Amino acid sequence: MNSSAPFTPVIAGSAAAGSAPATPKNVSHRGGPESPTAGALRERFGAAVKRVDVVWGETTIVVDSRRLSEVVSWLHDEPAQRYDFLVDVTAVEFRDAELPIEVVWHVRSLPFRRFLRLKVLIEKGQKLEVPSVWATYKSADWLERECYDMFGITFAGHPDLRRILMWEQYREGYPLRKDFPLRGRFSRSEQLRQALSANPEARYSMDELSIAQAFEDLPDEMRRRLSEGEKTGE
Amino acid sequence: MATTKRTVDVQLSTSGLDAQGRPQRVPLVTDESGNVMTLDTPPGIEPELAGDHMLINLGPQHPATHGVLRLVLELDGETVVRCIPHVGYLHCGFEKIGEYRQYNQIIPWTDREDYLNSPGNNVAFALGAERLFGIEITARCTVLRVMTCELSRIMSHLVWLGTTCIDMGAFTPFLWAFYQREAIYKLLEDWVGARLTTTITRVGGMAADVPDGWVDQLKHFVRTFPKTLSEIDQVVTRNAIWVGRTIGLGVMSPDEAINYGLSGPMLRASGVAYDVRRDFPYLDYETYDFDVPIGTSGDVYDRYLVRMEEMRQSIRILEQAIARLPDGPVNIDDHRVVLPPKSKATSDMESMIHHFKQVMEGPRPPVGECYVAVESPKGEKGYYMVSDGTSKPVRWRIRPPSFVNLSAIPKMVEGHLLSDVIAINASIDIVMGEIDR
Amino acid sequence: MGLSDHPLAQIVQGGEPWMTTRLDFLVNWSRANSLWPMPFGTACCAIEFMAAAANKYDLARFGMERMSFSPRQADVLICAGRVPFKLAPVLRRIWQQMMQPKWAISMGACASTGGMFDNYAVVQGIDTIMPVDVYVPGCPPRPEGLIYGIMLLQKKIMAERASDTSLRQEMEPDPKSQLYIPPTAIDELSEPFGNSVHQTRSGL
Repeated sequence: MNSSAPFTPVIAGSAAAGSAPATPKNVSHRGGPESPTAGALRERFGAAVKRVDVVWGETTIVVDSRRLSEVVSWLHDEPAQRYDFLVDVTAVEFRDAELPIEVVWHVRSLPFRRFLRLKVLIEKGQKLEVPSVWATYKSADWLERECYDMFGITFAGHPDLRRILMWEQYREGYPLRKDFPLRGRFSRSEQLRQALSANPEARYSMDELSIAQAFEDLPDEMRRRLSEGEKTGE
Repeated sequence: MATTKRTVDVQLSTSGLDAQGRPQRVPLVTDESGNVMTLDTPPGIEPELAGDHMLINLGPQHPATHGVLRLVLELDGETVVRCIPHVGYLHCGFEKIGEYRQYNQIIPWTDREDYLNSPGNNVAFALGAERLFGIEITARCTVLRVMTCELSRIMSHLVWLGTTCIDMGAFTPFLWAFYQREAIYKLLEDWVGARLTTTITRVGGMAADVPDGWVDQLKHFVRTFPKTLSEIDQVVTRNAIWVGRTIGLGVMSPDEAINYGLSGPMLRASGVAYDVRRDFPYLDYETYDFDVPIGTSGDVYDRYLVRMEEMRQSIRILEQAIARLPDGPVNIDDHRVVLPPKSKATSDMESMIHHFKQVMEGPRPPVGECYVAVESPKGEKGYYMVSDGTSKPVRWRIRPPSFVNLSAIPKMVEGHLLSDVIAINASIDIVMGEIDR
Repeated sequence: MGLSDHPLAQIVQGGEPWMTTRLDFLVNWSRANSLWPMPFGTACCAIEFMAAAANKYDLARFGMERMSFSPRQADVLICAGRVPFKLAPVLRRIWQQMMQPKWAISMGACASTGGMFDNYAVVQGIDTIMPVDVYVPGCPPRPEGLIYGIMLLQKKIMAERASDTSLRQEMEPDPKSQLYIPPTAIDELSEPFGNSVHQTRSGL
């Protein structure tokens, strides 16, 4: 710890001097004022901004998937926007299968005290893939992994996209999809069987096994199976 | 105590020669009276032991991982070179179930995900649902919810304090902290009947109004709690062991902290003044007079100090809330959302229909979506709800602060010792129910 | 000359030799009053367990203040909290690592039956993966409830007899499927029951 340098705290909202935030009251359902970011985005990106909605006081901007990375890094770096805090990455699938799946990013600008929702719509039949924002926000690491785990949406450019909440060899599918039944696809005994029968020595990923040259200490049978490409589970 | 170093030729019962035939020499250290003291091997005598790195698995069943967290550590001796966390051992499908439950039926679920902050989660969800429905709560309900949130904050920080102290070997503050938690349990039990998983709010109001004498009980708690806090402060804050074990550990700079999505005391200890109560207020928090503690170095000790101070500020807010608690109804009057009183439901036709629709189908919000965030003791807790006009949400997303905070652990523990991993893990204040949902 | 030839052992009371009943009493009394719990705490019930171990509802009066986080030294596994499928092999492994004599308390609704989590992720009762002695209902059970469950377990232990060899048998799972009760039994135990299905009006 180096305490010789004088410490200046990073005050949130410092750029928005004079604005005293207050509890929002009587927020209207639609038609509220747009966030100034919407106008700035339209100006900068034009057609990449497909739609702007204001629902319950929150501005939602639907963006073209191919330009998402540009939009996100612009929002992060632009001095007048400074959306430095990624709150959440998630997806929404509607009960009506004709509606597109929406991938949602919630971002905050701490200096300006703003909140923004970005969306990318994946139409029915399109590949479930969107660009990753990990390069801009490190918090996207686990958030995107979870979105992949629950919905099967691939985030292109993510360094290590694998399941995080379910075990890596989970075979039933992607739980939060609407065609995934609440109790899972298999019977309870089958689910138990799959959970309990996971290869008992295979509790480490290949990455972890490479750490300690533990590979040499494994039994021959196990080593043979691993070298044949059998993926280890959790 | 002065020591004199002398190099002494050791007479061994063996030949005293090593394999190459050279005499063996072992340095000995003696104190003034000539007694030999054993020391650690002085540096430079033994060659660097370059060995393989070791793979250690911490968890998922472990006393100090605060739940079912699994950390796979690559150790070089005792220094952590790499840390790979595995979560998901408590994944229980909350978000999936939320799509099959009415809004009031989801509130018991919010208790169970961050179970240390149950009442606070209830309030957060109710705020989100009320925004989605477009309704405003009563003044009394607003103040009661502030009291709930702050009591919940104290409850959660007490568990954090108790378990962190136990992890570092200090058992007594755990008992003191839990004794105060029992006082809060008594308050909550007198109010809604449950100690831990309270389900204290409903969409449009609270489960019940506070009983007579409850506010006096709360006043008594507010008066007596700071004494326990200062007792714990006395034994922990300037304790050499505590300070030695926590200073300089797990440092996150302000920019890193923001980029890694940290929130709550983790972020504030790194020097970023972001508190949802201040920056995106709810429940009229801007009208309360309280400070937001901010740390300077972002290490484990600062996080401890920030949380201790937050508890004191919570007491301050509670005092103000007690002073301003207005009379009046707790629930709003809109019977499309709140159940009508039984006397009306059994006599008045319209109320009977409202009752029927609410019990059978549940209140239905308009089509829309909203994200409402509160400052939970762990950080920014948000509920993102998407409605398609039916009584069950299309999507109920929990933005878990501990999940994002924990994702920074590999960065924080690298280069530290194995025992520091426990301290750093404890300082994040994780609750696996929220991480895995 | 074995113990059974001893004159004292010839005194038979209620069908059992007097000597062995005294021995049984001694062994059971010492076991029941010094159960070292293995707190397999996952969720909210773990917090109520901690509250039961803390100063207001002191578990030390039962000889249980020494939490044994190593299963090798534990007597009773208290599964406090919900167990998802990902955690099931871990729980099974911990149970197998405990040595006889061992008992299990399933604390809370989620450990006993899956609780309110009737979905794809949660084991519908840990008795589908390991044998349970006492079930403590509640969500979470009050510390008094847990203490009642512990007292029931103590009563159960006091009623044990050394001559009953079936008590200390380790249940081995079927090597192929790793299940120790038949799949039909598991499916039957895991079915949603009562009006839990109807309360939500979606039939799910």
